[in-house]
Amino acid sequence: MRGPAVFPARLRRGGRGGADLAFPALTMTFAAGVVVLFAAFILVLSCQAWPAIERFGLGFVVSGEWNPVTGRFGAMVPIVGTMLTTVVAMTVALPVSFGIALFLAEIAPAWLKGPVGAAIELLAAVPSIVYGMWGLFVIAPIMADRVEPWLGEHLGFLPLFSGPPMGVGILSAGLVLALMVIPFMAAVIRDVFMMTPRNMKEAAYGLGATTLEVVRDVMIPCGRKGIAGGVFLGLGRALGETMAVTFVIGNAHNLSWSLFAPGNTIASMLANEFTEAGDALYAASLIELGLILFMITFVILGAARLWLRVGMEQGGGR
Amino acid sequence: MFNIRKLSVIVITGVAFLLAAPAGARIINGAGATFPYPVYGKWAYMYNRATGARVNYQSIGSGGGVRQIRARTVDFGASDAPLKPAELARWGLFQFPMIMGGVVPVVNLKGVAVNRLVLSGELLADIFLGRVKKWNDPRIRALNPGLKLPGRAITVVHRADGSGTTWIFTNYLAKVSRDWKEKVGSAKAVAWPAGIGGKGNEGVASFVRKVSGSLGYVEYAYALQNRMATARLVNREGVAVAPTAESFQAAAAGADWEKTEGFYMVLTDQPGKLSWPITGASFILMHRRQARPERALAALRFFDWCYRNGTKAAMELDYVPMPEEVVRMVEAAWEKEIRTVDGGRIWPPVSGGGR
Repeated sequence: MRGPAVFPARLRRGGRGGADLAFPALTMTFAAGVVVLFAAFILVLSCQAWPAIERFGLGFVVSGEWNPVTGRFGAMVPIVGTMLTTVVAMTVALPVSFGIALFLAEIAPAWLKGPVGAAIELLAAVPSIVYGMWGLFVIAPIMADRVEPWLGEHLGFLPLFSGPPMGVGILSAGLVLALMVIPFMAAVIRDVFMMTPRNMKEAAYGLGATTLEVVRDVMIPCGRKGIAGGVFLGLGRALGETMAVTFVIGNAHNLSWSLFAPGNTIASMLANEFTEAGDALYAASLIELGLILFMITFVILGAARLWLRVGMEQGGGR
Repeated sequence: MFNIRKLSVIVITGVAFLLAAPAGARIINGAGATFPYPVYGKWAYMYNRATGARVNYQSIGSGGGVRQIRARTVDFGASDAPLKPAELARWGLFQFPMIMGGVVPVVNLKGVAVNRLVLSGELLADIFLGRVKKWNDPRIRALNPGLKLPGRAITVVHRADGSGTTWIFTNYLAKVSRDWKEKVGSAKAVAWPAGIGGKGNEGVASFVRKVSGSLGYVEYAYALQNRMATARLVNREGVAVAPTAESFQAAAAGADWEKTEGFYMVLTDQPGKLSWPITGASFILMHRRQARPERALAALRFFDWCYRNGTKAAMELDYVPMPEEVVRMVEAAWEKEIRTVDGGRIWPPVSGGGR
């Protein structure tokens, strides 16, 4: 480790020039910009969605109908689709990215850390449409020919795994999403693990703790906040991902218990239908969908932060 | 250095070109339907080569085309679904047909080659309604006595986005099936009772290619380019016709454009023994009163040029060009309907241009 940084000469003199005063103001402006943007988003979306809000009220959220011909719109199907794909994605991505992060931070030999780490970061930079096309051309046929028939055979008694295997649907979309968020989550969680204070880890090892115990009792409690941050980053991406999902979800407006069935997410519906939504009520309903997605993300992230804070206070951890 | 010199030549020519372009000819801007985009793009290229004028067409979808021309952000809009005379009057727009083409059912079924499967309109509607679920359904078997049809489920593939192609397809289904008309109706996007959705013609095409036992509908050119198995359809006269340029033309030939107000013409389910039942025209939209007549004239000159010199290119791309008598009617209507703000004449141009 390097020693404490040497103060620049200007600071040692103790003077506060104009630049030093302007700098906090500048950063504050940037930060305020985020809040203003947030408020503007809500305002504009609400205004543009107003015809739909006025017409359908709360019924919009619970209605499963989406009929551009008769002008009756409801958000139930895309809301459920968004939630389901996200749940599938997180169920797969969470353990896998945790494993990757642990391996890279604690288990892997030094010569392997670099290449694998770089590969993870590269995967995070692949554009989502590439994941989508890959999902359609590679994942979907594998799902249709192998994975889904197998699941249907062995777990077909569950309604989740019933129905004809088409290869495109909620399950495939969830899997592609999982593959997309794993690099993000793994990279962040790895960095958090690497930042565990060395002396604490060494103390634990010195007391005779196994690797598993060090991870469970030292590294995870120490990095709880950072880990949560990485998970929410992945969650946010899964909730709002558009192009990749549009390719593999099947884009059908139906509600089904089966994960094999095609569905829709809010983002994929917006991507598909917005360009041709000529009718004012149709366009307003789509914008209201956008508003709902915004709210869902907001509520989930808010709840997570709250839960984290409560957890911190009870656990007493840092 | 050699490279620098080469680069500077390129830069200088580029700058010269940019400076020269506004002086030589204005850029004509258009936006709208994706269905005719391949041919409009080709025409724009050919027109540029022939005259130096530039046409910039953005295929953003028919709905977007209508919105943009209403907002006057483009010189012309394009839509696959014709606007009703009342809508045209409300927004001060004029529409005319530019090109025709066909929408065709495509199948992915082992052992079923191009144009071997025969379907009727009603049967097609019932499949898309989710009522006929298996390929070996007695109704399909009755129409295809020679084919070996498996007991596989039919996966219906439709468009996920709003589209003029869907408008033409559902317009046909609503004409031939009462249930379709009552339960689903026809529009650029409908509440599909069954199946999965692909984005764009290419999205539907790739789903049909991927999912065995699937049945979808695409614009004819996409089926040809992807070498997909199209199906024959039983038309109004009871003849099973294959989708070809001839059968599209046969459908278009029977149409009586003269009697239709505002060129509101739908070419689905047309009479004629050889007529392909799901044929459609794509339309251009322009304002009736032009604040900048020189721009309108530039656009009209382009369309006139396409009508006269673009037929071969259109046929190469498997579209059907407009018949000559319709072109004459359209151009006569330009003269009457597209005027300057104070009612002055724009078409035909005073000297040169046209014929």
